[in-house]
Amino acid sequence: MSAVGAVFLVAVLLIVLALVYFLVSTIVALRRITAGLDEVIAGVGEIVEKSAPVNDVVTAINEQLDAGVDLLEGLLVKKAGMSDAMGLIEGAYPGAAAAGLRNFPESTDVEAPRIGEIYTRGTLSLARLGREAPIAALSPQGAVLRNVEGGSLAARELYPDVRHTSPENLPRSPAIGVDAPDQYERRDDIGAPRKRLPARRP
Amino acid sequence: MLWLGAIVLLVVIVPVVVYLLNGVLQAARSIVPAVEGIAAVAAAGSKDLDAAALLLTTQDQVTQTVAGLANYGGSLDVILDDAEPAR
Repeated sequence: MSAVGAVFLVAVLLIVLALVYFLVSTIVALRRITAGLDEVIAGVGEIVEKSAPVNDVVTAINEQLDAGVDLLEGLLVKKAGMSDAMGLIEGAYPGAAAAGLRNFPESTDVEAPRIGEIYTRGTLSLARLGREAPIAALSPQGAVLRNVEGGSLAARELYPDVRHTSPENLPRSPAIGVDAPDQYERRDDIGAPRKRLPARRP
Repeated sequence: MLWLGAIVLLVVIVPVVVYLLNGVLQAARSIVPAVEGIAAVAAAGSKDLDAAALLLTTQDQVTQTVAGLANYGGSLDVILDDAEPAR
């Protein structure tokens, strides 16, 4: 064999060795990728399988909740009137009245009265109704919130006074008016001269 | 001439072949950690969705709650007077 032939042979041999080494290494890497992708496919398959009924269930829950919202809004407006309803909502959740009621777009135009601070009896009645609701018995947090046979003690304990201890002198009801310690917003038309209606034509 | 071809084959062709094959190998190896990471995330996501079955319990609870609410609202509708119409 000539020297040139030997050089050719060495070069070809080096090329073949490089091809073998790198291609085998690439094959090993691709096999690991395939194994990893198999795990990915299995995981994604589980995700798809587990999340398949979620849409239907959530849609059904939303429909139920929508029905509950419609019921509560309608009942509240029917029984309390639009103005007092917005006042109750504002008293229970400050700032919520601005969002209005979903089924009553005109509710956003109502100026919510401060029912939670002024109408104590109404708030008490609301608290009692909430504690006596049969839904409270289904609360997963524990027992019934209020003992139905135990009178209104649980409702009275909601207030920061001492009524449930039966003291000799009860604190006075909230004072309203110009001498009240807490002054609330006044309507501009209160105290102003009455509007004169146009005279009727004979 | 044969010598020139042999030298070119040994000095130019062999390094180019090695360089290109090494590039392919590095690219393939760089994919492996990414795929393993994706597999781990997919497995974790699948495990997180194990709680999705509890949605059925939530749905049942919501149904019972709204049913109780409807009963309660119906009773209130009977017990309480309607608000006076706005003047």
